[in-house]
Amino acid sequence: MSEKSLTTKEYIYTTEDPFFSPLTIQMGPQHPSTHGVLKLNLVLEGEKIIDLEPEIGFLHRGLEKLAESMNYAQVLPLTDRLDYISAMNNNTGYALVVERLLGIEPPPRGKYLRTMVCELARIASHLLWLATHALDIGAMTVFLYCFREREKILDFFEMICGARLTVSYPRIGGVRVDVEEKVLEEIYNFIPYMYEKIEEYEGLLSQNRIWLDRTVGVGVISAEEAIAYGLTGPSLRGSGVAYDIRKHFPYDAYPELDFEVPVGKNGDTYDRYWCRLQEMRQSLRIIKQCIEKMPDGPVCAEVSPDLDMQVFKRAFRAEAWGEKTFIAFLNEGVELVPKGELYSAVEGAKGELGFYLVSDGSGRPYRLHIRAPSYVHISALPKLSRGHMVADLVAIIGTLDIVMGECDR
Amino acid sequence: MKERLREVLERFKVNFSAYIIDINEFRGQTFVILGDGSPIRDIVGFLKTEGFNHLQTLTAVDYLQKSGVPRFEVVYQFYSIDQGISLRLRLQVSEDKPEVESIVDLFPSANFFEREVYDLFGIRFMGHPNLKRILLPQNWEGHPLRKDYPLMPEDKPRDFLELVELKERLGGYGIR
Repeated sequence: MSEKSLTTKEYIYTTEDPFFSPLTIQMGPQHPSTHGVLKLNLVLEGEKIIDLEPEIGFLHRGLEKLAESMNYAQVLPLTDRLDYISAMNNNTGYALVVERLLGIEPPPRGKYLRTMVCELARIASHLLWLATHALDIGAMTVFLYCFREREKILDFFEMICGARLTVSYPRIGGVRVDVEEKVLEEIYNFIPYMYEKIEEYEGLLSQNRIWLDRTVGVGVISAEEAIAYGLTGPSLRGSGVAYDIRKHFPYDAYPELDFEVPVGKNGDTYDRYWCRLQEMRQSLRIIKQCIEKMPDGPVCAEVSPDLDMQVFKRAFRAEAWGEKTFIAFLNEGVELVPKGELYSAVEGAKGELGFYLVSDGSGRPYRLHIRAPSYVHISALPKLSRGHMVADLVAIIGTLDIVMGECDR
Repeated sequence: MKERLREVLERFKVNFSAYIIDINEFRGQTFVILGDGSPIRDIVGFLKTEGFNHLQTLTAVDYLQKSGVPRFEVVYQFYSIDQGISLRLRLQVSEDKPEVESIVDLFPSANFFEREVYDLFGIRFMGHPNLKRILLPQNWEGHPLRKDYPLMPEDKPRDFLELVELKERLGGYGIR
């Protein structure tokens, strides 16, 4: 008996063991706890996961290919559809990479507004994460409470730019429209209210016996392993690594603001939960400073390109290769925008959201690659969940905070 | 920070001078262009010992018809969380033999990135544990992010045609 328990601890597939009978089942893509169209091929022994293979791509829309035939300003609304829960962060990330390429500096008010809406979007995203994560584990009340506050933030977005989810509010060189003082005042009054509500969630969960049983020691990953597997954002900070793009590659108004990066210790589901709750408090702190320090002036740089930006017509030739296909050639002639390639990242709500942009001098991106945090996090799923129960898998998917729109692009 | 990066680049030049085509900077980001057939596993292993522990991204670019260079370029973006320096490798890959050594054993996060590059560009990563399509269906034909991939397909997809055929066949038995 003792020998057998030793061998099963290493979770090695072996056909020599006569009692070993793995069961292969498929979880998803319609499972409610997979947060979108994620399919997992599980290999189980009893209720224990011994192997897992994620299958993704059900939501693939070819954003990267689509971007190659649009000009720089037209690509921005596409980025809303990546992580549709915190669209502000995606817009900012894309706007930043184009600004760095074109050498545009947004005016201070534009920067502060962008930082403020990004942090609001981060809170909204973390609220949705907490709601669904708690619902997966079995705490129904938190779900309803979180949606109540998220609704208020979406109302702010509606007041700021008229849209609630796919906002396209940040744009290349600043933000699209200015914000009224009245709205800023309302957001300012929202801050103490939200602090209270975070206390309320903590009161419901942090000491809750069931919550502790389901999260402490589940999905543990050490700091080195978390870095090696490419975890970023709160998922990495739960393991104790203070890697935050806002501190390491400062952008917008973040270098002028005072905030901390909360880090966990044990790298389990509970620490990641704790990190995200602390992050919401830090976000509120940033929003407060943004509104207090908000400078006056224009919100968008004058030189920023608009939808009618000049575009060099790339050689689209149909019969060039004897096929009836359209081929986009590399532009090696006129230079409307600087030529070059650069990588720029922002701290999205899920983790490091990077954009790799290659410019060939025409007005369109020659290649736009999006480094989606959810995509990398899903690749770490087998590592995190091997050896756990199927019921814990739901908690592990929840703790990674994945969005399939971003993962499949 | 800059001094540390310069030190690393000096050692890099000493070790792999034969494969380096260019070291340059654009918008404050340093990149190294490596020639076709470079031992990328050794180079990445060297960078890992120098403290580059975070693979920010891995992707590819198709420079179709760019004069005088191999067609593809595989891009590795590294960052050192402790030292705060980043470095980008651009590995040229020829069209005739689109094969690159896999770095999954050094950086497990490269797993999905390499599958994505294989899926969308058709560049094979030798030594990858599970190299198959990831975003597109397994029976997809072609690699869409290549610049010569047709934007407008001439035929309907094969799946669709099979479904139409099946419908006709079932219609013969009176099944709708």
